[in-house]
Amino acid sequence: MRAFSYEKPADPAAAAARAAEVEGAKFLAGGTNLLDLMKLEIETPVHVIDVNGLGLDEITETEEGGLRIGTLVTNTALSADSRIRRDYPLLTRAIAAGATGQLRNKATTGGNLLQRTRCPYFYDTNMPCNKRKPGSGCGALTEGAFSRQLGVIGTSDACIATHPSDMAVAMRALDAVVETVTPAGMTREIPIEEFHLLPGDTPEQETALMPGELITHVRLPAPVGGTQEYHKVRDRASYAFALVSVALVRQSDGSGRVALGGVAPKPWRSDAADKELPNGASAVMSVLLDGARPTEENAFKITLAERTLAAMLKEA
Amino acid sequence: MSPPIDFKLRRRTLLAGTAAAAAFASVPRGEAAAQTQSKPAGPETTTVTLNVNGEARKLTVDNRTTLLDALREHLKLTGTKKGCDHGQCGACTCTVNGERINSCLSLAVMHDGDEVQTIEGIGQPESMDPMQAAFVEHDGFQCGYCTPGQIQSARKVIEEIRAGIPSHVTGDLTAEIAITDAEIRERMSGNICRCGAYANILAAITQVAEESA
Repeated sequence: MRAFSYEKPADPAAAAARAAEVEGAKFLAGGTNLLDLMKLEIETPVHVIDVNGLGLDEITETEEGGLRIGTLVTNTALSADSRIRRDYPLLTRAIAAGATGQLRNKATTGGNLLQRTRCPYFYDTNMPCNKRKPGSGCGALTEGAFSRQLGVIGTSDACIATHPSDMAVAMRALDAVVETVTPAGMTREIPIEEFHLLPGDTPEQETALMPGELITHVRLPAPVGGTQEYHKVRDRASYAFALVSVALVRQSDGSGRVALGGVAPKPWRSDAADKELPNGASAVMSVLLDGARPTEENAFKITLAERTLAAMLKEA
Repeated sequence: MSPPIDFKLRRRTLLAGTAAAAAFASVPRGEAAAQTQSKPAGPETTTVTLNVNGEARKLTVDNRTTLLDALREHLKLTGTKKGCDHGQCGACTCTVNGERINSCLSLAVMHDGDEVQTIEGIGQPESMDPMQAAFVEHDGFQCGYCTPGQIQSARKVIEEIRAGIPSHVTGDLTAEIAITDAEIRERMSGNICRCGAYANILAAITQVAEESA
């Protein structure tokens, strides 16, 4: 790990201002992903701004009947909140499907959205990776590379990494809004749909956040009701990233919402695919995964996604 | 409490250290590091007070020091183990402010004023915690390296179920959660045991849960 200086500001706007002012600064919340990457020297901040003293750790009710989640609310606290369990069970299910008890006790709401891909070529500093070192190439697209875990849609010739979060997939299905404070002290709202960026030619740019901008809250609109399920398919029964995960909200009239994890650089959902839900899993996936560019190794994800949704629709 | 272990530089440690240093010098890691030319914007050390097993311990540490290394290398509390050092194995699990965490993925400087409990604070050979006694009774280990982390997690798993924190295998999210084999196994998935003592670990946890019901 590279040497760094450390500070713990007491005010979100001051934290954002400092992050923009000090070159090579990085916010630290739960630390469960950032410290791992710092040990591998994939992340090398020279100044760490610990945001744990900012008090953004409460869940409050909004005027429109939804919930406003402080960015520092831990994954455990969020999944266990009685209002979330009752009105947004999809979110509880998605969070509980990820990581371990120890990690969920530290991982935060904002940090979960900002976690980096677990692509093995991003992690292996001896391999090329356009996300880690722009312009070096994509190790996952070289001859004989292992791409079984990687993305099938929304990817580019520069990067086929997936976003690893389960929580974000539920947030996408629930139309969450990310609230931030900028270094200039202004607040901003970013719909979750626009929060994560597709890689294109610049896979190192992963979110819509500007330098120094700090997530303060994630807001959930009023509950959408229906039957809510999160189904995660992975290589182990527990503690593994998704090959494919499906977030489903299904209303009694057959309409609803579908979001996918494990297949793309961001939680994958479209209005057009949602509209096909009454017509079944095959209809949904032919729209949602239209234009997919799988590798030979991960083409199975297309079939797996459809079959997973079909199984969920049968049970729902 | 046992006397602190006197650390000596042994041949094995010296050789391992030299080899690692040589490898590091010849194969520079972290290309990202080369992008950042800037230097730390302030001091690289910080003084913190950790309340460890009920005792305030003031330490000045390099900011990079993990909570795990602070416990082991600075406070000589070597009961907490370093396995993978990346949050994957659970050997470093200890309790901070009443919650189990991976101490390898947390910086000591983040824990100024926090209450930290290590395995040494949970029980001693002459006064074992019920979970420690149950692990002994059920042979919940072979080599024992993962055991402190397993015991830390095991104690909290029972508390977390009773507090109504749902898991991946919980059925009804609004009902009381039953302490079942499936619940315990799922919640213990962050603690790896390469000797494969899982069946006996499960038996030990189940016994403590039943006896404390």
